[in-house]
Amino acid sequence: MSSERAASAEPARRAGPRPPVKATLTPRERYLPLTISVVSTVVVFGFAWRVITSAENWPLIQRQFFNVEAMRASLPQVFSGFLVNMTVWVLALVVIAVLGIVIAVFRSLTGPWAAPLRVFAVVYIDLLRGTPSILLVLLFGLGVPALQIPGLTSSRLFWGSVALVLGYTAYTSEVYRSGIEAVPDGQRAAAKALGLTQWQTLRYSILPQAVRNVIPALLNLAVALQKDVALLSVIGAREAVREAQIFTARTFNFSSYIVATVLFLLATIPMARLTDWVTRRDQERRLQRTL
Amino acid sequence: MVRRNLRRSVAAAAALALITAACGDGDADAPEVDSTEETDDTGDDTAEEEEEDAATEEGDGDEQAGGIPGCSVDELALFEPGQLTVGTGDPVFPPWMLNDDPASGEGFENGLVYELAAELGFEDDDVVWVGQSFEEAIAPGTKPYDFSIQQISVTEEREEIVDFSMVYYQPDKALLALPDSPVVGATSLEELVDANWGATLGTTDLDYIESIIGASDVAVFDDQATTFQALLGGNIDATVISFPTALFATAVQIPEAEIVASLPADPNDSGHGLLFEDGNPLVDCVDQGLEAVIERGVVEELVDEYLIGDADVVEITG
Repeated sequence: MSSERAASAEPARRAGPRPPVKATLTPRERYLPLTISVVSTVVVFGFAWRVITSAENWPLIQRQFFNVEAMRASLPQVFSGFLVNMTVWVLALVVIAVLGIVIAVFRSLTGPWAAPLRVFAVVYIDLLRGTPSILLVLLFGLGVPALQIPGLTSSRLFWGSVALVLGYTAYTSEVYRSGIEAVPDGQRAAAKALGLTQWQTLRYSILPQAVRNVIPALLNLAVALQKDVALLSVIGAREAVREAQIFTARTFNFSSYIVATVLFLLATIPMARLTDWVTRRDQERRLQRTL
Repeated sequence: MVRRNLRRSVAAAAALALITAACGDGDADAPEVDSTEETDDTGDDTAEEEEEDAATEEGDGDEQAGGIPGCSVDELALFEPGQLTVGTGDPVFPPWMLNDDPASGEGFENGLVYELAAELGFEDDDVVWVGQSFEEAIAPGTKPYDFSIQQISVTEEREEIVDFSMVYYQPDKALLALPDSPVVGATSLEELVDANWGATLGTTDLDYIESIIGASDVAVFDDQATTFQALLGGNIDATVISFPTALFATAVQIPEAEIVASLPADPNDSGHGLLFEDGNPLVDCVDQGLEAVIERGVVEELVDEYLIGDADVVEITG
């Protein structure tokens, strides 16, 4: 940086490339693209809006989907359900983040003694990742309580959440594993050269780099999980979607679905922005390091 | 605690229908086929009038017995001209419709529809069935049928969105549970409050459990099968369903469960009605046809045939 500045200060005396000329834009060049963007966006969305609202059944849709009164009436009910979603989501995230690493490490272990762990990890991931989440929720949520094993809770919500945790752990461990495998072999060699054990290598060299690599992918899974908590409705849990359905079934008014949609968006859109931000920050750091 | 014979309890509605039918005898003195002939002399003597249409084509015979003025098949604003298109659940369940086959006419609801269709002047072959989910039935927009029948309860809130016919049947509610459930032996609603309840989405059973019994944290399942599964698995202690459904369920689907008691009526639930798209002009004619069918005692006969069984149950009254 400093040498560049020096070059621009004394262009005549030093050899080398000429400093870049500062670009000057005509008003046309400066404002035309922006104008085109705004106008075309307004035209396209305005046209779409007109097509939708001029539909014969639009007043019906408006009455049954965007009824402010019904939205207000259903909000307390749907929101109380949404708190269930949020609670399950946050608790599940913590457990999944830990379990996912454990399974991923199992799978990445080398050596004959680690074979049972590797086999376990492979079978676990194959089974749990290959089963539709809704089936896991039904099987655990209705099946495990029906076993009535003494000492185990028979809460459907608990076992349904367990099903989600197990399913998402399988996805998450594969994401971690991809991160682990993306760490260059040289890192392992370097750790070995320093005299670190396999465990120390993993703990101080491989995992920190692996996790950093996959944070955007993990956040992506977190958003997906947040929506999949709604699957717990099939085992009778009164979460947001189920509360919205109950309202709809009672009144034949679908506005409660819009309320639930907005609540989910309020939670997931910040997550998406966070993902973008983390990705961008990470990219910037890497670029600076290579410069 | 009162023990009563179920046959008597379910027959309450039937008795009511009998009385109405008896009162109606003065002006509706004959089955519909005869009545169309009677009406011939009230209208002009148009030569080529069909028997079925004769009663209605003039549209001025308010006192005509049987036939419905202004409601001939040609005049009705039907979804498909000449056909009565009827929506129902897919699949359909006994005892409301037997063998998952609405067109067989075997069952309470499809039996009623065929009687109603005949009353309106349709042949049996003119009745076309359309299967759909409950969600589809209540979704906005054009409905692909003239009306839908699937034990839909008429409530004020729902009437803001769709139109209903008159109520054709009001089933009792039954308390369903396994023999070892804590609700067994209960004699009042207060004893039921603390049970672990479950109900099926889209039914008025949930409202019943929450508002009449006063229970909270009721589990709500997607369909009846899941509710029964939850009951069998011990996930829930009890559920509330309509009495006819309970009779069938305990006889066929979940013989392990039993009808613990019959429950008092819900004042907010007026009973089952036919569902129409909002503003459908058919409602008036169908209502008149339905009224005539009920007056003839058809509903009572169908109730006798399909919806009652022999079971001694405890009656909880409050």
